[in-house]
Amino acid sequence: MQALYAQLLVGLINGSFYALLSLGLAVIFGMLNIINFAHGALYMMGAFCAYFLLDLAGIGYWWALIIAPIAVGIFGMILERTMLQWLSGLDHLYGLLLTFGIALIVQGIFQNYFGSSGLPYAIPDYPKIFGFNGLQGGMNLGFMFLPIYRGWVVVFSLVVCLATWYLIEKTQLGAYLRAATENPTLVRAFGINVPRMITLTYGLGVGLAALAGVLSAPINQVRPLMGADLIIVVFAVVVIGGMGSIMGSIITGFALGVIEGLTKYFYPEASNTVVFVLMVLVLLVKPTGLTGRAA
Amino acid sequence: MSALTDDTLPANPRAMREEMIVFAAMAVLLAAVPLSGIYPFFVMQALCFALLACAFNLLIGYGGLLSFGHAMFLGSAGYFTAHALKEWHLAPELAIIVGVAGAAVLAVITGYISIRRQGIYFSMITLALSQLLYFIYLQAPFTHGEDGIQGIPQGYLFGFINLSRPTVLYYVVLAGFLGGFLLIYRTINSPFGEVLKSIRENEQRAISLGYKTDQYKLLAFILSGTLAGFAGSLKVFVAQNASLTDVHWTMSGEIVLMTLVGGLGTIFGPVVGAFIIIAMQQYLAGFGQWVLVIQGVIFVACVLAFRRGIVGEIAHYFRRSL
Amino acid sequence: MKQQLSALLLGTALALGSGTAAFAQDKNVKIGVLTDNSGLYSDLGGAGSTLAAQMAVEDSGLAAKGWKVDVISADHQNKPDIATNIGRQWIDVEKVDIFMDVLNSGVALATNNLVKEKNVVMINTGAATSDLTNAQCSPNTIHWVYDTYMLANSTGQALVKAGGNTWYFLTADYAFGHALERDTSAVVTKAGGKVIGAVRHPLNTADFSSFLLQAQASKAKIIGMSNAGGDTTNTIKQASEFGIVAGGQKLAGLLLFITDVHSLGLKVAQGLNFTETFYWDLNDDTRAFSKRFSERMKNKAMPSMVQAGVYSGLLHYFKALEAMGGNPHDGAKVVAKMKEMPTDDKLFGKGTIRADGRKLHPAYLFEVKKPEESKGPWDYYKLVGTTPADQAFRPLSESACALVKK
Repeated sequence: MQALYAQLLVGLINGSFYALLSLGLAVIFGMLNIINFAHGALYMMGAFCAYFLLDLAGIGYWWALIIAPIAVGIFGMILERTMLQWLSGLDHLYGLLLTFGIALIVQGIFQNYFGSSGLPYAIPDYPKIFGFNGLQGGMNLGFMFLPIYRGWVVVFSLVVCLATWYLIEKTQLGAYLRAATENPTLVRAFGINVPRMITLTYGLGVGLAALAGVLSAPINQVRPLMGADLIIVVFAVVVIGGMGSIMGSIITGFALGVIEGLTKYFYPEASNTVVFVLMVLVLLVKPTGLTGRAA
Repeated sequence: MSALTDDTLPANPRAMREEMIVFAAMAVLLAAVPLSGIYPFFVMQALCFALLACAFNLLIGYGGLLSFGHAMFLGSAGYFTAHALKEWHLAPELAIIVGVAGAAVLAVITGYISIRRQGIYFSMITLALSQLLYFIYLQAPFTHGEDGIQGIPQGYLFGFINLSRPTVLYYVVLAGFLGGFLLIYRTINSPFGEVLKSIRENEQRAISLGYKTDQYKLLAFILSGTLAGFAGSLKVFVAQNASLTDVHWTMSGEIVLMTLVGGLGTIFGPVVGAFIIIAMQQYLAGFGQWVLVIQGVIFVACVLAFRRGIVGEIAHYFRRSL
Repeated sequence: MKQQLSALLLGTALALGSGTAAFAQDKNVKIGVLTDNSGLYSDLGGAGSTLAAQMAVEDSGLAAKGWKVDVISADHQNKPDIATNIGRQWIDVEKVDIFMDVLNSGVALATNNLVKEKNVVMINTGAATSDLTNAQCSPNTIHWVYDTYMLANSTGQALVKAGGNTWYFLTADYAFGHALERDTSAVVTKAGGKVIGAVRHPLNTADFSSFLLQAQASKAKIIGMSNAGGDTTNTIKQASEFGIVAGGQKLAGLLLFITDVHSLGLKVAQGLNFTETFYWDLNDDTRAFSKRFSERMKNKAMPSMVQAGVYSGLLHYFKALEAMGGNPHDGAKVVAKMKEMPTDDKLFGKGTIRADGRKLHPAYLFEVKKPEESKGPWDYYKLVGTTPADQAFRPLSESACALVKK
């Protein structure tokens, strides 16, 4: 039983990454009607950005948490301005193809310069307050040894997810955003610069991916292909949850992380495939996804 | 929403005559390859991929369905055929049937699941399903995991055609390719193909006209998957191995790329695209990962500036359907 | 016409393959380094392997004796089908005589078939699979540096001897991982240890925490990692996070290279135990070679055992060619000659090549130093134990190789 609690907690950690990534996908999809295949590559760029900050400029984790999402977000906005915006009005599939191409380019370039094996990124060892050594070390919860960093990832991503949800569902800005999704012409008539809003939204979604990348850097090796395989799982998560609602993608992300964690305990051989199998089951029972409206 | 492709010219006897002339020219050219001194293995491989891309194109170009998991049919059929040849010692023709039948069954199942959602969801589902299959093949003992099935005997087709002779194998592969190509061509110009195109243009209208569009889409998916499987079975005889490469998502991406470069929804586009991409891989192999970057650049360039693809642009220029 | 042409081509191929008498004085040799230039193993082999081959050509002094030796290299991208395509073209068009490196087991087995079919030579220094000299052995292939049986054997035995008598396995769930686990379990049990359990994780897992928790709960003294590449480095990294080594359990890598330690950093990798057959800092000869090597590397890296194997294997190949007085372009014949001659080079010392194609040399168990013990870059290992050449590898009595007369 104790081991089970531990696995649940571990599952939540993976769920955090699924939630952050599928949230970003949903935000982008809502506004641009594009499935951002480059999301995994941008997640990877976030991690690399943190690595560069530390390695080249000596800027540590806490600053990277702010700088990397902004830097990668700006990169995303440039992508949107120079390429993606030319696709508006075309079949959605072109957006998928274009972002797939971008993902290949970004991953290929990083692979050329950094190989495929990972680069190390240490867990921060500051600030040293209340007896904590930054986020290093761990604490004994009785039923498991919880590395502090992992606990931090869960808490922090929850906060970010909820903040994003609040921004989009409860604020004035979010209201414009949602309105622009439904009827861009009308919103433009109100004097709102819709193209700029689209650009900013893409930047926000990309920033979330980069943030997830920074969070994962100390846990996983910083690798050029770290996002490539993850993104396919996140696609399955998105299909399961549907991209209709922000909250839906957050909850599905965390829930699937937990289910995957339990699989690792009860039937580890299937832990890679469980999300896909669930996707098949959901599609058979409820083709529109758990929270989604009909496409 | 604008249409994915540009071949809105209706099929008419003149267009069909022209297409047959191009087809005949292509067949003659390909038949002459062994005389030319071009390395035959390269052309054989390209032919397998060309058939694969044509099968994929049937789905996207005429059905409007972008499958991002078509590698699963290629790879699965390859594994089945390889296993049948190596472990069961079946004759080549039977091994091909095993592979193609396996791909067909797979297409029925995956098609039934994935056509439940449209547009981008369909693409994501096919991608996820192929990834699921990838993991299964990775663990299944009969595929030998990362090692793949190696050293597959080529044997004698129908008991007397020696497939281990490169020239003989070349003509067998060419015959397979031409047969598959004609089948696809025939399908596109059949009433079934016309319904498919109408679904691509406007599914709601097709439904309101009384067509059960899901059944048509499923049938197209099965046909496409089965032919992709046939390409996979043929490829086993050329490469003499079956490996995870052929079920990986990068392979699915390459299939999309080939078709996109040649021209979505054009008849000859996928063939041209396949030859270009395979040649690129062959001659740029020394550049390693840059090949991926170049592929990405081609993707981006095609989508932004060149959506009709090579054959599509030519056809558009001459106002012909090719 | 077609028939004639292909008959002609076939005839030329035959003449090249079997015309040993006519070509006895042929002093042209073409070496193909088939490796991973860009992927997961590019640090292990890659450009370093090509450099090692060039250094072997230079050091052999063959050019001065009228030989013409060319080295070409290509990236097989870890895909067996790409590898066989390149290989076929190398043999048919470029007339390559010998394949070097060929890391990645899948690629190696595919190339093994091709090399035998076309009667050229492969000295495999990079692949782990012990099948190359067992069920899949070939008269054209020599397996030079290491294999899974040896790794399991050396690491398992030495660790049990040092007191690590209870084992828990963390195994990648595919054929390769299973084989490593099976071989190591056998060795551990035979040496008097006990295997408490195992958990199978899918290949290319990003998060190992769940599996590590299970390993931790098993209370085994040794956690054996029957996985490779990114999976192993991720395991090690996350194990340090969960305080596994600090808690008294030891991690044993069953397939780990110096390049992995380099990318992990000593802080994370310290205390790891694993086997290699070459380390740059073993003796004066290895140090001298490694210094020359690293000066010519773009990133100043020290040679891995795979790269060292390319150098050492090629030197032996050249010796055999010299003894034959020319290049017969007959792979099986050259390999037979190489098996006849004892090997002796500065990197792997004296050794022999067995009938099954297995090159024998000692295996070393290393422990990774603590950061404070390391005196500089690439100073990573402490030598913990040595298994003599005749005990390190699979004994011929257990061999399933058809070349072994029983």
